[in-house]
Amino acid sequence: MAYSDKVIDHYENPRNVGAFDKEEQNVGTGMVGAPACGDVMRLQIKVNEQGVIEDARFKTYGCGSAIASSSLVTEWVKGKTLDEALAIKNADIAEELALPPVKIHCSVLAEDAIRAAIDDYRTKQGDDSSETDEGRKSA
Amino acid sequence: MHIDPHQNYFELFGLPVSFDINSDLLSLAWRDLQRATHPDRFAHGTAQERRIAVQQAALVNEAYDTLRVPLKRAKYLLALSGYSVDEQQSAMDPLFLMEQMELREQLGEVRQAADPFTALDRVRSEVEARERVLMVELSNLLAPGAEGDPEAAGSTVRKLQFLDKLLVSAAELEEDLVHSH
Repeated sequence: MAYSDKVIDHYENPRNVGAFDKEEQNVGTGMVGAPACGDVMRLQIKVNEQGVIEDARFKTYGCGSAIASSSLVTEWVKGKTLDEALAIKNADIAEELALPPVKIHCSVLAEDAIRAAIDDYRTKQGDDSSETDEGRKSA
Repeated sequence: MHIDPHQNYFELFGLPVSFDINSDLLSLAWRDLQRATHPDRFAHGTAQERRIAVQQAALVNEAYDTLRVPLKRAKYLLALSGYSVDEQQSAMDPLFLMEQMELREQLGEVRQAADPFTALDRVRSEVEARERVLMVELSNLLAPGAEGDPEAAGSTVRKLQFLDKLLVSAAELEEDLVHSH
């Protein structure tokens, strides 16, 4: 299959590969996988106090389109609020990378990864702000 | 030879509807049916007879292929009870996905290992050990009387698909290693 120039660019020079410490309070980690092709994707976001994603990292095992989709997404989410990041749709990713129909699921996976990372971050914040534990401790 | 298109694949081969099947009986039944429906037998028949023979032979092969492969058999069994395994579902047990990532990582490092073949065998044994555990789990989830939790069975099928892909990648890597040695 012929990959688009943009896919090849992201595949050969992936942006923001790596990991943050997933235990950190301001880090959200999204792990998703595609059973049909065995691809595994991890997307991490680092969120500042203003609720803006200031940095992102990814690690993906899969085809060129899956790697390119996650690489692109790390660039796109940077500087966005969580809600803005949630507005990124797989169709935008597929269009930007000129993915053929058989590779659309790779962009879906990347969109799911954003969702999962934000969910994880929000859950963490929820746990953090739960005052019951604090109250119990001081009681 | 006329095959009732409404019988399910298990009935076609005269086997009980079950995940745990006797593969010897399956092969024997397949061979008989294949012979009975072979299009060559209808070479002198009417155009309609020949067309039906081709369709039936295809059905027999498709049925055999489905029941022979455990994951396909599991999905088919679930489909018979009205549950279709969603292969697009990307949300999975994060620990499982983390493990998959580590195994992929190990597989990726095989080439750089001092002894790549031993390193490859080690990863493959890891994957196969997990596969065995999940296969037993799947068999229990699909056992008669336990059909109440198709969700859980579907989730195990998805996990097994990942391991399947890993083993395919391992086999490709081995092929590569053999050729470059």
